[in-house]
Amino acid sequence: MSIEEYKDVWVFIEQREGEIFDVGLELLGAGRELADKLEVNLCGVLLGNNVKNSAEDLYAYGADIVYVIDDPVLENYRTETYMKAVGDLVRKYKPEIFIYGATSNGKDLASAVATEVMTGLTADTTMLDINLEKRLFEASRPAFGGNIMATILCKKHRPQMATVRPKVMKKPEADFSRTGKIIEEGLGLKEEDLQTKIIDIVKSAKKSVNLEESDIIVTAGKGIKDEKGMAMVKELADTLNADLGASRDVVEAGLIGHAHQVGQTGVTVTPKLYIVIGVSGAVQHTVGMQNSDVIIAINNDPEAAIFNVAHYGIVADAFEIVPKLTAELKKALDKEGVTTNG
Amino acid sequence: MAEKFDMIIVGAGPAGSAAAYTAAKEGLKVLLIERGEFPGAKNVMGGILYRKQLEEIIPEFWQEAPLERPVVEQRFWFLDKESMVTTSYKDKSWAEEPYNSFTVLRAKFDKWFAQKAVQQGALLINETVVTECIVEDGKVIGVRTDRPDGDVYADVVVLADGVNSLLAKNLGFHKEWKPQEVALSVMEVLKLDKKTVNERFNVGENEGVSVEIFGEATKGALGTSFLYTNKDSVNIGVGTTLSGMIERKMKPHDLLEELKAHPMIAPYLEGSESQEYLAHLIPEGGFDAVPKLVGDGVIVVGDAGQFVNAIHQEGSNMAMKSGKLAAETVIKAKELNDFSEAALDSYRTDIYDSFIGKDLKKYRDAAHTFEENPQYFEEYVPMMNQAMNTFFTVDGTPKWEKQKKIAAKVTAGRGKTGLVKDMYKAWKAVK
Amino acid sequence: MNILVSIKQVPDTKVIKVNPKTNTLDRSSAPAILNPYDAHAVQEAVRLKQKHGGKVIVLSMGPPQAANAIRKCVEIGADEGYLISDKKFAGADTLATSYALYKAIEKLEKEQGIDLVLCGKHAIDGDTGQVGPGIARRMGMPPLTNVINVESVDTDNKLIRVHRKIEEGHEVIESPLPCLLTVEKTINEVEYAPLPNMLRAARYEPYVWSVDDLEDVDIKQLGLKGSPTIVGTMWPPEKSSGAEMIEGSTDEQVSRLLEVMNDTQELLAVKGGDGA
Ligand SMILES: Cc1cc2nc3c(=O)[nH]c(=O)nc-3n(C[C@H](O)[C@H](O)[C@H](O)COP(=O)(O)OP(=O)(O)OC[C@H]3O[C@@H](n4cnc5c(N)ncnc54)[C@H](O)[C@@H]3O)c2cc1C
Ligand SMILES: Cc1cc2nc3c(=O)[nH]c(=O)nc-3n(C[C@H](O)[C@H](O)[C@H](O)COP(=O)(O)OP(=O)(O)OC[C@H]3O[C@@H](n4cnc5c(N)ncnc54)[C@H](O)[C@@H]3O)c2cc1C
Ligand SMILES: Nc1ncnc2c1ncn2[C@@H]1O[C@H](COP(=O)(O)O)[C@@H](O)[C@H]1O
Repeated sequence: MSIEEYKDVWVFIEQREGEIFDVGLELLGAGRELADKLEVNLCGVLLGNNVKNSAEDLYAYGADIVYVIDDPVLENYRTETYMKAVGDLVRKYKPEIFIYGATSNGKDLASAVATEVMTGLTADTTMLDINLEKRLFEASRPAFGGNIMATILCKKHRPQMATVRPKVMKKPEADFSRTGKIIEEGLGLKEEDLQTKIIDIVKSAKKSVNLEESDIIVTAGKGIKDEKGMAMVKELADTLNADLGASRDVVEAGLIGHAHQVGQTGVTVTPKLYIVIGVSGAVQHTVGMQNSDVIIAINNDPEAAIFNVAHYGIVADAFEIVPKLTAELKKALDKEGVTTNG
Repeated sequence: MAEKFDMIIVGAGPAGSAAAYTAAKEGLKVLLIERGEFPGAKNVMGGILYRKQLEEIIPEFWQEAPLERPVVEQRFWFLDKESMVTTSYKDKSWAEEPYNSFTVLRAKFDKWFAQKAVQQGALLINETVVTECIVEDGKVIGVRTDRPDGDVYADVVVLADGVNSLLAKNLGFHKEWKPQEVALSVMEVLKLDKKTVNERFNVGENEGVSVEIFGEATKGALGTSFLYTNKDSVNIGVGTTLSGMIERKMKPHDLLEELKAHPMIAPYLEGSESQEYLAHLIPEGGFDAVPKLVGDGVIVVGDAGQFVNAIHQEGSNMAMKSGKLAAETVIKAKELNDFSEAALDSYRTDIYDSFIGKDLKKYRDAAHTFEENPQYFEEYVPMMNQAMNTFFTVDGTPKWEKQKKIAAKVTAGRGKTGLVKDMYKAWKAVK
Repeated sequence: MNILVSIKQVPDTKVIKVNPKTNTLDRSSAPAILNPYDAHAVQEAVRLKQKHGGKVIVLSMGPPQAANAIRKCVEIGADEGYLISDKKFAGADTLATSYALYKAIEKLEKEQGIDLVLCGKHAIDGDTGQVGPGIARRMGMPPLTNVINVESVDTDNKLIRVHRKIEEGHEVIESPLPCLLTVEKTINEVEYAPLPNMLRAARYEPYVWSVDDLEDVDIKQLGLKGSPTIVGTMWPPEKSSGAEMIEGSTDEQVSRLLEVMNDTQELLAVKGGDGA
């Protein structure tokens, strides 16, 4: 295999019922930068049933070429069909770099494709770059308890692949004047030939909390210790009409459900205001919140790493300052309430 | 029918592992049950391991055991608010084989010791709590654990479950310990790099010191505190009897924090990082608190038997010795196939004939002496410090005059006869 | 129904420490544990065995100490354990790992027949979740990832129906056996093991295989040599310029905080709007 034959940067565009997931657009933004550095095309890979119409939308987010396979068999994600489809495309068009959103299906697909085409895959990356001198893709991710970032390279195999967590990259502004090209391919699989069958898709009643959409999040870390501390933080959150976030340690202590976990193995959030109380600031947590507009951290340890990502820091005992802050906020809000009513 | 063993040992501390090792080595079918995630996971000890008793079980254990540093110097610090009087004993021969004692970290040491027993053929299970002894016709025939299908049987059950020994209590072997019979000790392992330890404590690469601290450390209550050097950390701890704490309304955690911040101590700890914080009870009742040790099919060893020399901070050595004696007793009983109280009673006499019984007897009155006469800790340590201050502060006063002043101060404190009496009592208690 | 569970021993990442000066890992301080997701996989296998018969075989690739993780699986109720351990496996990334495991599974499949393979959703040290799908691809089995429920197994028609977690909920999917599942923690509760299992586990010695015990192995695909990815540089996470520290008494801190929050304009408006 000659690796020089491989060029272009590819992004897997995940969709459901024709609706494109944001993560794919975010990755087009990141992919654009990589493609520009390498001076190659940025390509989207769009699979599904009746999805062709959405393909042109991708130009606006930076795609030069969109590979489309439109087939009823691809209606819903299945590893066996998607792996075959993507595998065929990779073998035929030979991308140099291929990135996927680290969603359930994105990770599943990327893992299967890596084995299918025998190449390296880096999971859950948070930073992407190019070493131009060596023409190598540098995919970086937090590792080992979060105190270290590691850059993973794939020197001798192509494509160089990585999964990237949703919300880590910024979705680019759409530019509808951009144009591009669609390349359509067939799949060559019939439903009868397939092993797995999707019987049903059950959408859960709207997630109890969807931190990804929140404007204000108040997050509790292990420093709040127990239920009492949790109640204290919750009161602050309620006062602010904010959603509750938590570090993994708090979730594992059973103080709150996993849906509230912010970070690498939880959700990635970008609220306007992120108040973080008693969280030490391990990278696995900070990768999930560092793009918030304003971050206020409260921690009693002046050396806590959380102050490195916060915009405002307060060294204080949470049990002392949080109740006071809540009380003052209540007062302020009451006043405001009076003026609006009057 | 659940499985049956020759011997079940509850608790994989030094006592339990010593018993398991000794019995398994002689071919007995041994089960060792530990409630922690692994032996040593939750065990606390200041950290001095004496050579002799372990050597009797595993010769030349220092070649392979996870030890921190051999102790080459024992220091004693008498602490007042801003000063201290120190004395120490250093011995060159302690730095060489076979050594005298070692500092250890229990989490590593206990794990290793239990593993040695496993290598001899003992079966070890962790994360399993023994909830009670199974008793039939007044005979202990096995134990019940907190697991499903959790009963398991044995000819003899050895209770090595540490200071609280709820199991021995349930059998009626002892009552709830009285507050003056147990001390509460808290300690912290503080990470400090090797070079810094060597420099600050003035020791070589493979040398350690033990420091026993008296006086201000316990706010005058009966008790001691300690500072021991590990490879790249130090252990600092403080303990007093529960009764002392209750009377003086002290919280153990606060005591430790104050001790760490003490101007004489803090410089030794500067820049260190807390690694572990542990609290534990130490039996201090001594000779008179020793419970019933033997019953039909059951033997009590280690802290569960209150085998601790509170004055010299020895416990693990007594634990190992008693574990070994218990195993030897069971081995003999096995030959005769008789596990009755009478058959096992030789264990009790072995204990009293060994250094355990002798030492406990010797120090029988020590705890009471100190407990009932708090002036040892409350008055004499500050007095010593003041005396030194007066003597050594260079201010132009002739030394003989200083001596007179000191004598006057000291006797003013408690009257001459009181002082002499106290000294005599103290000497008698610990001699 | 014979079920194979692929399990990994991992350092407890909650305890692992990094030396900030040298950027090296202090692994010695972190105890080795059974990957928590894998414990759920074993529990699920045991549950299925109890319902449908057969046996539970666990397989791991790792150093000799990984036998302890296998013992843990025996506590949960696994019947047999295999450890593939060899210097030639060392330094494997996910691609090389799945190759080695595949070779071992292939042999076990030949010897005793395997109807279902289970993996954890991911291992907590690397957190990749790539090995499971990799094994499936190599075995030619359909991979069903992120499984939160095994709804039914039809042993006569060799069919399995599971619930797969997806972003918006879950999907119900049916696949022929043999297939491979990777499981989420929510699939079950790992039960407190009965005492007889504990005793069995304490005595248990897994079978240990070296490369030579496997058949038709392409050495080039193993270990470091067979790994397309390599770790380049490692560095401590970037520190931003740092926060503006709000100092003073608690009251002063609180009032400055209120100012800051006020400046985050929408903030109070959001609340006001909702309250109206
Ligand atoms: C593969 C992997 C994935 C991970 N994924 C995630 C993830 O998605 N999300 C996540 O959060 N973590 C994740 N982690 C865990 C992460 O590494 C940290 O262990 C975790 O974030 C620490 O949680 P914490 O900050 O709440 O607790 P700690 O690290 O224990 O910090 C507690 C903080 O509270 C402070 N404090 C204590 N008392 C008070 C007080 N009275 N007042 C004020 N402050 C106080 C302390 O100074 C300390 O800084 C992951 C780890 C791994 C290995
Ligand atoms: C702060 C401190 C400093 C000390 N310093 C020293 C010193 O420097 N030198 C010295 O020689 N001694 C010292 N000692 C005393 C020494 O630690 C003890 O005497 C010794 O550990 C006693 O051993 P043991 O095996 O009897 O009990 P332990 O070490 O307490 O072991 C009991 C074991 O039983 C387990 N267990 C308990 N109940 C159950 C149950 N129901 N089911 C299953 N498992 C159970 C426990 O988890 C534990 O592992 C010190 C003690 C303390 C607290
Ligand atoms: N060395 C290994 N031995 C056996 N199974 C493994 C090994 N590494 C990973 N696995 C399996 O693959 C799953 C995902 O691991 P990973 O891809 O490393 O996140 C784990 O939960 C295990 O079931």
